[in-house]
Amino acid sequence: MSPIPVPPKRVLLYTAPIIVLLFVLPFVVPPYEVTQLSYGLIFAIAALGFNLLLGYTGLLSFGHSAYFGMGAYGVAFMVKYLKITSMEALIVGGIVAATAVAALFGFLCVRYTRIFFSILALALSQVLWSLAFKFFWVTGGTDGLRVPTPSLLGVGMAPGQDKMAFLAHRYYYYVLVIFLVGVAVMWVIVHSPFGKALQAIRDNETRAEFVGVQVRRYRYMAFLVSGVYTGLAGALWVPLNGLTTPDILHWTFSGEIVFFTVLGGFQTFAGPIVGAVVFNYLKTFAVGYTVYWQMFLGGVLVVLVLALPGGIVGTAGRLVDRFRKAA
Amino acid sequence: MDTFLIHLLNSLLYASVLFLIAGGLSLIYGVMRIVNLAHGNLYAVGAYTTAWAVGRVLGGAPTLVLYALLPVGAVAAAALGAVLEPTLLRPLYKRAEEYQLLITFGLLLVLEDRIRVVWGPYPLAASALFEGPGSFAIGESIYPTYNLAVITVGGLAAAGLWAFVYKTKFGVILRATSQNMRMASALGVNVNRVYVQAFTLGCFMAGLGGAIIVPQQGAVLGMGVDALILAFVVVVIGGLGSLEGALLGALMVGVVREFGIAFFPEIELAVLYFMAAVVLLIRPAGLFGRT
Repeated sequence: MSPIPVPPKRVLLYTAPIIVLLFVLPFVVPPYEVTQLSYGLIFAIAALGFNLLLGYTGLLSFGHSAYFGMGAYGVAFMVKYLKITSMEALIVGGIVAATAVAALFGFLCVRYTRIFFSILALALSQVLWSLAFKFFWVTGGTDGLRVPTPSLLGVGMAPGQDKMAFLAHRYYYYVLVIFLVGVAVMWVIVHSPFGKALQAIRDNETRAEFVGVQVRRYRYMAFLVSGVYTGLAGALWVPLNGLTTPDILHWTFSGEIVFFTVLGGFQTFAGPIVGAVVFNYLKTFAVGYTVYWQMFLGGVLVVLVLALPGGIVGTAGRLVDRFRKAA
Repeated sequence: MDTFLIHLLNSLLYASVLFLIAGGLSLIYGVMRIVNLAHGNLYAVGAYTTAWAVGRVLGGAPTLVLYALLPVGAVAAAALGAVLEPTLLRPLYKRAEEYQLLITFGLLLVLEDRIRVVWGPYPLAASALFEGPGSFAIGESIYPTYNLAVITVGGLAAAGLWAFVYKTKFGVILRATSQNMRMASALGVNVNRVYVQAFTLGCFMAGLGGAIIVPQQGAVLGMGVDALILAFVVVVIGGLGSLEGALLGALMVGVVREFGIAFFPEIELAVLYFMAAVVLLIRPAGLFGRT
């Protein structure tokens, strides 16, 4: 058993101020901005899970909406049919639902790599979308399912309390803590021997197999972990949004998860986090500014791929390096 | 029996359009090793262009002129493809496959809105063409004659494409490039040109699919994305890069879809994907794919 990897002091030094800032923020900025940030952090959890596959294992999934959606619909079903209000129970249920689907889909998908993996993941996720869309008497169809605010750690929303204030304060901290734990766990995962094995598979599958890595099994495990993270994100997202619709199961939402990650930079650990938060602001801005927001986002993606494949974090890192060399 | 015949004809109708879309997708993949996520949007461009052209000249023009306008959509899609390949895709051939998927996803988003900018958010119809030829009787029921025209075009396209790929000199060059791009290049094939031509041809087929179906179904936003997903099922079943596979896959999907909508509408799509998953488990490269 190898010791749990600890981040170097330098990394902790950089991240400490950011964490403090995240905790202070609700006292400084208006509630609307705080809920936007909550969305960003939740998407960041999904993107972290997604990037374990793309950045560390070299598998581009165009079907992660399935696990996000299962997390969300799992929660919505528990609220609707089992009348559960405890957020902790809902999260567990959402993760179980997402993991079950990831276990099934992953079993099929990890037999393939490259473009075939992407297409199969996409096709399978569309099955769930079509079911959510067609079985409207269970799923509410395009109307979706409403989810009221749950109780956090056994404490519900006070009677007469403003929902916005609840979401912008207590729910934000709830999400923030889960987010930080999720980031820490993912950091440990990617720096563990397991994470190193995934990177070996990404860089050279044949060699990895020769040194004794069970390639398909490791890919499957990475797929499951990825599903857990994305499902967790979906479960956290529903109470914030108040509603879940088949849109989040559609493959274009998978495309958005891919987009976050590429925007931030998938070759870095922090890239997906930055990308998700920035993308959320970018999309909110674009949707508010023009009906043609898809064109704007698509244009951004094209420019990113052609000119800045390192994404925000990768490009910033390169600039810092160049600056250091010059100095 | 009559209902069965009608279902069968409808299956062929679906299959014809699906083959045009999936065949183009597969052709592009076979030659260039690119999966074009924006392929469905080119189909939509074909549909919108034809509907728009028909709408423009409708006032009293003889029906024959209107039918002559059908290919306009295919030409528009082909022209768009001829511009897109050299500008957006060519810089990416040397990069990882992921980037190629990503850029076509960006293109999908752009084209989706581009269609909305040009033709507005409301559906366009070209139903005059659909109603023109009238209908004929199958037993107790009647069936639109136009549907037969679509099936004919689908069949002709399949035959024409086969002849093009296997019986012409260009087809030889195309297949050589597909098998070994470097070797073909070393033997004097202008690979860049072959790529543009293959991409344009694939887009032409998608546009033709949109153009011939628009009189029957109309053009709506989002039609491209829906079509893309079905085309994926087709190529997964048939084998990515294989035209024979696209034909067989289109027929299978057409039949299952038509009978699915008639008998088990809730799980019609799920059955299609289930079919695709089973094929992948048994024959990973699809029924006609090369491993």
